[in-house]
Amino acid sequence: MMKVAVLALQGAFVEHERMLRNMGMECMEIRQEKDVYRDFDAIILPGGESTVMGKLLRDYNLFSILKEKIQGGLPVLGTCAGLILLAENLSGGETPHLATMPITVKRNAYGRQLGSFRTEAEFKGLGTIPMVFIRAPYIEETGEGVEILAEIDGRIVAVRYKNQIGVSFHPELADCTSIYRMFLQL
Amino acid sequence: MNERYELNKQLAQMLKGGVIMDVTTPEQAKVAQEAGACAVMALEKIPADIRAAGGVARMSDPKMIKEIQQAVSIPVMAKCRIGHFAEARILEAIEIDYIDESEVLSPADDVYHIDKEGFSVPFVCGAKDLGEALRRIAEGASMIRTKGEPGTGDIVQAVRHMRKMNKQIAEITALRKDELYQAAKELQVPYHLVLYVHENHKLPVVNFAAGGIATPADAALMMQLGAEGVFVGSGIFKSGNPGKRAAAIVKAVTNYKDAAMLAQLSEDLGEAMVGINENEIELLMAERGK
Repeated sequence: MMKVAVLALQGAFVEHERMLRNMGMECMEIRQEKDVYRDFDAIILPGGESTVMGKLLRDYNLFSILKEKIQGGLPVLGTCAGLILLAENLSGGETPHLATMPITVKRNAYGRQLGSFRTEAEFKGLGTIPMVFIRAPYIEETGEGVEILAEIDGRIVAVRYKNQIGVSFHPELADCTSIYRMFLQL
Repeated sequence: MNERYELNKQLAQMLKGGVIMDVTTPEQAKVAQEAGACAVMALEKIPADIRAAGGVARMSDPKMIKEIQQAVSIPVMAKCRIGHFAEARILEAIEIDYIDESEVLSPADDVYHIDKEGFSVPFVCGAKDLGEALRRIAEGASMIRTKGEPGTGDIVQAVRHMRKMNKQIAEITALRKDELYQAAKELQVPYHLVLYVHENHKLPVVNFAAGGIATPADAALMMQLGAEGVFVGSGIFKSGNPGKRAAAIVKAVTNYKDAAMLAQLSEDLGEAMVGINENEIELLMAERGK
């Protein structure tokens, strides 16, 4: 059985674990350095606060090893804050985090909580799926080799780059299993 | 179910496993964000000072809240008085991310809480037990926290409230379905919320601990008792080394079961807030709003 790690430093990681278990996957949490040396086949970077996760990734010495693993081909799904962690550039000159995906991401791009919304839109290869945006980012620019998977009103909200999928929204809050299936086939 | 309410509950889900810190200035807000706060609560005085000052405590100056909103990228919350829906509308107008209808401020209404369903912005409310929690949720709160006893640095009341809620949730879970109507009557809450607790063994919204948390160990204790995250009010900026203590509390919440790490985190944090024992205080804020 495939074993999927979920970064469990802060945020909505339990929701991802629930989705994975419902799909018959085994999952484990990464909360500190020793966890990252266990065996796993893929990793999810969840929603939450990217500033918190970025700081704790560094403080717990998870940063370099995770970055190496992702660059080495470990399949990764980043949702919302997780997408921010993957981005090579953050607009406004903020310090990027894992920076494994050649994209520029704008944080809190839809404004504060009053700007949060739910919609349905076309996702490449999956048809129309529900999308929940909570103080969400979007992708302003994509580099070479980045495939755009979904756009809303001309703004990019989902991309794939090699072994990495990044989405601005929360499939774990919308029971959207099709994105997980796409991720698990990476 | 209303879509806006779902989104508001979901924002609380994003805050889980995190620490929400009271701040009174943009500088403090930056210290909190750098230490790893998942949100800040903007207020003019922290609860310990409100307690010391006495008098009427009101919503903070919107200008000061806006300065804090500009200083950080994480969500910003602010408090309004219990029942003061005009203050709540003002906070909504400046696009606050979460309103805390809080017993820390002087209640504006000693009977009615705010009808929170009529608002687009989310509300968090305090509760001492399951009945209070479900009444606030019925009114539209999309997040709950224990009341604890704010501004004391004494954890005993937060522990009491969390244990009471856990016990009542376990009791509801253990009932036969046909006994839930009577349970709803006794708790003075709507039946459908009791049914939710019975079926899901938890509150319908995220539940944080608040009121009296002063150390990494306090935070770990509340997490082990089932809190999904913590609020720290006076505990940080009333202590000797706020940045270091704040960062340690954040890590204590992430790794709340790892005693060896907690030992390390508890080292050399400087002086904790002095604290006052629950028997030494005259004003029990937790008794406001039921």
